[in-house]
Parts: sequence; C-alpha cells; structure tokens
Amino acid sequence: MPSVKRRVLPGFSLSLGYTVFYLTVLVLLPVLACFSKAASLTLAQFGAAVWTERTRAAYLLTLGTSLVAAVVNVFLGLLIAWVLVRYRFPGRRLMDSLIDLPLALPTAVGGLVYASLYAKKGWLGRYLVPLGIQAAYSRLAIVLVLVFIGLPFVVRTVQPVLEDLEAESEEAAASLGATRWQAFRRVILPPLCPALITGFALAFARSLGEYGSVVFVSGNMPYKTEIAPVLIVARLEEFAYGEATAIAVVLLAISFSMLVLINLLERWSRGSEAHV
Amino acid sequence: MSDAQDPAWVRWSLTLAAMAVVGVLIVIPVAQVFVGALGNGLGAYWDNLFADADTRHSIRLTLTVVPLALGANLVFGVAAAWTIARFRFPGRTVLTALIDLPFSVSPVVAGLMFVLIFGLQGYLGPFLRRDGYAVMPYLFSLLGAGLFAGVFVLFRPTRPRPRGSLWNHPGLVGLLGSVAVFAILFFAQQYFEVWPRDQSLKILFATPGLVLATAFVTFPFVARELIPVMEAIGDDEEMAAVSLGANGWQMFWRVTVPNIKWGLAYGIILCNARAMGEFGAVYVVSGHIAGQTDTMPLRVEKLFQEYNLPGSFAVASLLTLLAILTLIVKTGLETRSPTEGPHVD
Repeated sequence: MPSVKRRVLPGFSLSLGYTVFYLTVLVLLPVLACFSKAASLTLAQFGAAVWTERTRAAYLLTLGTSLVAAVVNVFLGLLIAWVLVRYRFPGRRLMDSLIDLPLALPTAVGGLVYASLYAKKGWLGRYLVPLGIQAAYSRLAIVLVLVFIGLPFVVRTVQPVLEDLEAESEEAAASLGATRWQAFRRVILPPLCPALITGFALAFARSLGEYGSVVFVSGNMPYKTEIAPVLIVARLEEFAYGEATAIAVVLLAISFSMLVLINLLERWSRGSEAHV
Repeated sequence: MSDAQDPAWVRWSLTLAAMAVVGVLIVIPVAQVFVGALGNGLGAYWDNLFADADTRHSIRLTLTVVPLALGANLVFGVAAAWTIARFRFPGRTVLTALIDLPFSVSPVVAGLMFVLIFGLQGYLGPFLRRDGYAVMPYLFSLLGAGLFAGVFVLFRPTRPRPRGSLWNHPGLVGLLGSVAVFAILFFAQQYFEVWPRDQSLKILFATPGLVLATAFVTFPFVARELIPVMEAIGDDEEMAAVSLGANGWQMFWRVTVPNIKWGLAYGIILCNARAMGEFGAVYVVSGHIAGQTDTMPLRVEKLFQEYNLPGSFAVASLLTLLAILTLIVKTGLETRSPTEGPHVD
C-alpha cells in the first residue's frame, strides 16, 4: 500500500480521524492535564513535593520491591517456561492455561487472597509466622504479590523463543563432550537472554505502577511499606492535588522511560533472533 | 522434543519445582477464594452476595460501567486496527506507540488525571458543574451529526448516477444531512427535556467518571489484539470486495468482520476481564460512596476494611469465576485462531 497511490480501501480518513479523536480525548488530554498541572507549580514547590523523606522512602520501596520481584520472576519464569516447552507430563496444558490467571484475575482479588493466606491465621501464614517469616503487611508481602502479578510476563516472552530453539546445537554440544549444564549455559541460555531481559522489563514496568493488590497486603505504613501510588492517593485524600500530581509526574517519567527501553529491547531481541 | 537429553531425575525435579511454584502462587490462592467464600455454607454465601444492598448495587454498577467502556474501546480498537494495519501514512509508528501508552501509566496516576480535569478545582470541573447539562444538547447533537457523516461516507453508493443528480455532489449531501441531523437531535432534546435544568452535572465521583477511568485503563486491548491479526490476514480479500463494487459497509461486515472475529473475541474478553477488575484508577475517581460509586473490586476492598471477610471473599469469588471463565474462553480461542500465539498484556 504505497502512500502516493490513491488508496483503494475505503475509510482511511474516517478511521484515522476517529482514532486520533478518541486517543486525544481519552488519553492525550488527560496526560496533558497532568503535566500542565505539574507545570503550574514552581520549581521549589515541585521539589518540596517530590523530594521529602517520605517520598524518597516510597520511591525506593517501589523500585526495590519491583526489582526484586522481577528478578525472582526471571528465574521462576524460566523454570516454568522450560518445563512447559521441554517436558511432557500430566497437567501440562492446565499449567499452561493457569499461567495467565494473574493477568485475568482482578488485582484486588489477588491482594485480598494474599493478605489472608499469609496472615497469622492464614493457610500458609500459620506455618510461616512461627518461623519468623512475616509475609503479610511487610515488604516481603509486596514482593510476593508483585511476583504473582509479573509471572506471566516472563513465561510468555520466554516460551515462544524456547520453542523455536533448535535441538541440534544442544546435541552437537553433547556430542562434543559438554556436560548438560555446560550445554545449557553456553548453548541454550545466550539466545534466551533477550527474551529474559524483555520479560524482566515488562514485569518490572507492571510492578512499578501496581496498586490494587499491594494496597491490601502492604499495610501502607509511611516510611516502611508505603509505595509511591499509595502516597499519591494519600495526597489526594488530603486534597493536595499539586503534590499528588508532582509525584505522579515522577512516576510517569519512570514508566515512560521503561516503555522506551522495552521497545528498544524488543527490537534488539527480534534482531538477535533473526541472526540465530 | 528433547526429553531424552535430560536425565529422569532432572526432568522430574524441575517439573515438580514448577508445579510447586504454580501451586503456591496461583492454585492455592484460587482455592482460598472459594473456601473463604463458601466456608459458612451456601446459604451464607448467597446472603453475602445478594442480601446486602450495597453489594447488590456494586454488581449492578460494574455491569453498567464495563459494557459502556468496553463498547467505546471496541469501536476505537477496530478503527485503530483498520487504520494501522491497512494504510501507510506519516506518523503511523507514533500512533502505534501512543495506543500502548495507557499500559505504562500507573492506574492511580490515570485516575488522578481525571480528577485534575473533572474535579472541583479541575480544568473542566467548575464549568461542567455550572453549565454541564446546558452543553449536553449541543454535544449530543454534534456527536449524532458526526456519526451520520461517518455512516454516510461508508454507505455512499459507488456507482455513478445520472447527470444533475444530487448524488454527484457527495460533499454537499453529507453537509446538508449532518446539519439536518444536528437540528433534529437538538430540538428533540429540547422538546422532550432530556437533560434536567436545575441540577449540576457530576462526572467525578459518579458513573461517567468510572466509565472514563475504566476506558482509559483498558484502552489498548482490542486494538493491540486486532493489529497483528489484520496484518497477518492481509488485504487481498478486501481489495477484491471493493473492486467488485462493494461499498465500505458491505466490505466491512461481509469480509473484514468474518476474518477477524476470533481476534476480536480474544480482545474483547481480555478487555472485559481487565475492565471488570480495574481497581486503582476507579478507586481514585469513585470517591467511595457506598451504594453509589462502589464497583465490585472496590466493594471487595471496602468489605475487607470492615473485617467482613466472608462478604469480601463472596464478591471476590464472582470476580475469580469471571477470570477462570476468561481463561477457558481464551484457551479455546487460541486453539481456533490461525494466527495467534499467546500475547502478553
């Protein structure tokens, strides 16, 4: 479909016009409103809103828990993708479908369940709390729900790449005397790396903005278990719209840079796929 | 498959480890939802769901908000996919990237944006509160006129007409028709007094705000599913339909829709699941008025805060059933659709 030639298919101007109109009204104008509100603050006000001890603790907690959860997800996701692709066992298809559950399950339900499972009297909490593991209303609780939320992202990015991997190079490695572990590290892992990193970035980006599940399990104690989105809600409830917006802009900046990064990563992983 | 390359003990320990991970992270939580909901018997479960007026209202509200947001995003998704998959134009890459934008915005921030626009100190809030209902007739008539113009462009007969016929000036006919539609709609609204005169229009802390926030968060789903499907199918059949004399409407319903229906269904169920479960954005714009602006996920949270765990689990069990149903339909669609592998987010 060259753009110079007259377009044969109908509806170009109509659908383009509608797409741009709807996108502008529903997405671009609200984003613009956010930035324009932030721009109405003076630099000093902005700084005072985004850089206090409480906000610093919130950013650190958000970034830290998201990072830990995404790293855990890389390992768990690789394990699950490997088992799903390479082995045949009863219940494999069920497991394959269940992986998507965190995407379909409302985050509030996830939060509710995790909060009650790991509470002192919960199914798992009653064994963990006596051991000194507080997996509800703590940082560990936040990491746990973020692992739950992010798991499908890694599995679903690694799975297709693993399926396309040729068995020949592994067999060659084995016939040249490599141990299975060496073959895994030298032959299988390198082509998986881009997918693993993309999955990591997707899970990380999702975790940064997560609110629904975390608010149930974290306990939301300022300085300790208060993530950045919770802080925004707290500011809103004090009707401090300017401060809330300032923190929101910081979050937006982080997630936009993540978006750019993910796009670059996906391009890179597609490129390296083509070379293999 | 290279089953044979790994020794049996490696195979089994890895499989068991994966099962344990899925069990602890996913299966046990789902079981807990239903045990928590049904722990006091079926009668108590039923009462928790339907004896509580606020819970009943939250179910009704979710069932109102979600179809509205879903419908809006569906129309957008089809239009966006048609534009992006079928035409090459400057700015196409930017448009594609912008469609994904809501995925990278934290739901809370999305809600905040609508508070900034429609709140009492917001950009449009005071104006809408004062004159909201006065603007509505103009807005709706304009929408109707736009709709007419769109349908006219699609339906316009492609065959040439005899000389001097009005149909040879489609621009003029479209303009006249739009003006007529605008006038009819406008006077009809005045005559039947559709909009109340002495009330102020509420968007925030009311249903329209919930619809807007939900539509924002679920914005990309349908478009994202449809674009790869349409690109994979290609435009040969549509070209054939058009060159055989079909107008846009006929081509769309007889060729495009049958081709993309599974992709469309896939996008709709994903969008629906996310819309039903949306929490963060809706939490910010709802104002938590029990019996008025609490959707089902918000009701789950409120009951949890009130230490009414069985009630909370009862509402959660409905949402979980929805999620499981979504997965079943999704799995069914994936085996059916020719082009689609699993898609993340």
